[in-house]
Amino acid sequence: MSERKIDDETGVETTGHSWDGIEELNNPLPRWWLWTLYACIVWAIGYTIAYPAWPMISGATQGMLGFSTRGQVAADIIEHEAKNEALVAELVAADLTTLPPSSDLHRYAVARGGSVFRAQCSQCHGSGAAGAVGYPNLLDNDWLWGGDIESISATITHGVRNETDLDARYSEMPAYGDIFAEEEIEAVVEFVASLSSTEFDTDLAQAGSELFLDNCAACHGDEGLGDQMLGAPNLADAIWLYGGDRDTLTETVSNARFGVMPAWGQRLSDVDVRAVSVYVHALGGGE
Amino acid sequence: MGILEKHAVLEKSPTLLFAFSLVVVTIGGIVEIAPLFWLENTIEEVEGVRPYTPLELTGRDIYVREGCYVCHSQMIRPMRDEVERYGHYSLAAESMYDHPFQWGSKRTGPDLARVGQRYSDAWHVDHLVDPQSVVPESIMPKYGFLLNTEIEGEHIEALLNTHRFVGVPYSDEMIEQASADFMVQVDPFGDWDGLLERYPGAAVSNFDGQPELTEMDALIAYLQVLGTMVDFSTFTPDASR
Repeated sequence: MSERKIDDETGVETTGHSWDGIEELNNPLPRWWLWTLYACIVWAIGYTIAYPAWPMISGATQGMLGFSTRGQVAADIIEHEAKNEALVAELVAADLTTLPPSSDLHRYAVARGGSVFRAQCSQCHGSGAAGAVGYPNLLDNDWLWGGDIESISATITHGVRNETDLDARYSEMPAYGDIFAEEEIEAVVEFVASLSSTEFDTDLAQAGSELFLDNCAACHGDEGLGDQMLGAPNLADAIWLYGGDRDTLTETVSNARFGVMPAWGQRLSDVDVRAVSVYVHALGGGE
Repeated sequence: MGILEKHAVLEKSPTLLFAFSLVVVTIGGIVEIAPLFWLENTIEEVEGVRPYTPLELTGRDIYVREGCYVCHSQMIRPMRDEVERYGHYSLAAESMYDHPFQWGSKRTGPDLARVGQRYSDAWHVDHLVDPQSVVPESIMPKYGFLLNTEIEGEHIEALLNTHRFVGVPYSDEMIEQASADFMVQVDPFGDWDGLLERYPGAAVSNFDGQPELTEMDALIAYLQVLGTMVDFSTFTPDASR
């Protein structure tokens, strides 16, 4: 249809398109650009042969290299496990009660436990382990279920008041709202407050003291010092899990509390449980 | 004159240009999308994945309504760091009954694909009411209002029917019992044998700790089932996928 048209000004061939007398030059693409394009096409064909790519009737082509994302992540995990193998074996076999805090193994356990803690425990106990209302602070030396390494390890392994582990730590405070009259609760609350505070109503606390001895002392002790065998908190220090003001104490006594912790022995490997136990023990309050 | 020069015909006719563009896009779609519907290995068979219970499904609707997916993904990618933090990488089968899926595309908060049974119900209540009370550095908004919105599941049968329409295998029995199953899942003292028979492994609990059945119950029921259906202690995925 059309013949080759040469632009007079430049001597270059035109495409033959013309808009209101303006014509389009048909300059060839630069060589380097063309060759890069061809190289990319060749590379892409090679890539689809080497790696999984083309959908067929019942599955996609698997590729010559046998690559799979799942295979790669499995290999990655095995590689890192191999790097830590010696230390892991040592930690699993170690007696944690006599692990010297300056040893390499202790350092490894703290580092490993720290990353487990941040991934698994920090949502309740806080990323710095300072806890939150209802979730114990692990930095101080006030322990509900014991602060030596064996107790910490047992608590982590079996958890607290969960329904998945028969060996979970268990105790249940009665809800005294159903047992005491309102004024009795008020008196007990006043007595509990008097254990750690200097501002209290002496007469009311005196009345509460008798109720406390009859009802609460079995678990919390005559002086309210608590009992770690029962997870009964020490009421005589000024450390409160749910709060030490009168309103919160009234609610605690009336409705009782029932803090739950999962059994991490069912979710984490043995070495991770040991590592996180060492980490928590090393936070400052370990006994 | 070669065939390449005939493009002038297309360029001069908008109708033809549109028609041929459609042909080109269709070819692309057939090559990229259509095989997913017939390739046998798109979704592997995995034991344990079941349709959501009526209450979980309602919770899922709340999850979608509140836009949780904007900040939380539900897709653990097959990478070592993700597997170590969140657990086993997600399988296609685990979201096969999700319409639409909740994989998400961005993580402002953590991935939730395996958040189920990781925290107690009480923690979820604390956290949804005031996220900063348990995670001080969190920027998540507060969802305490869920505790105040009671639900009765009046459209629950229709909801299950809709999901059946798009391919979720809800049986006639499941749809008949939808309303009862909806109510009994928050009642540990109720007769929930039928519920567990129809939906194995469903958690029965008073999720929000209140006597009323609220949106909080539904949302926590949904969160507590995420990623828990497949038992990875007995299931090993095919590594060649």
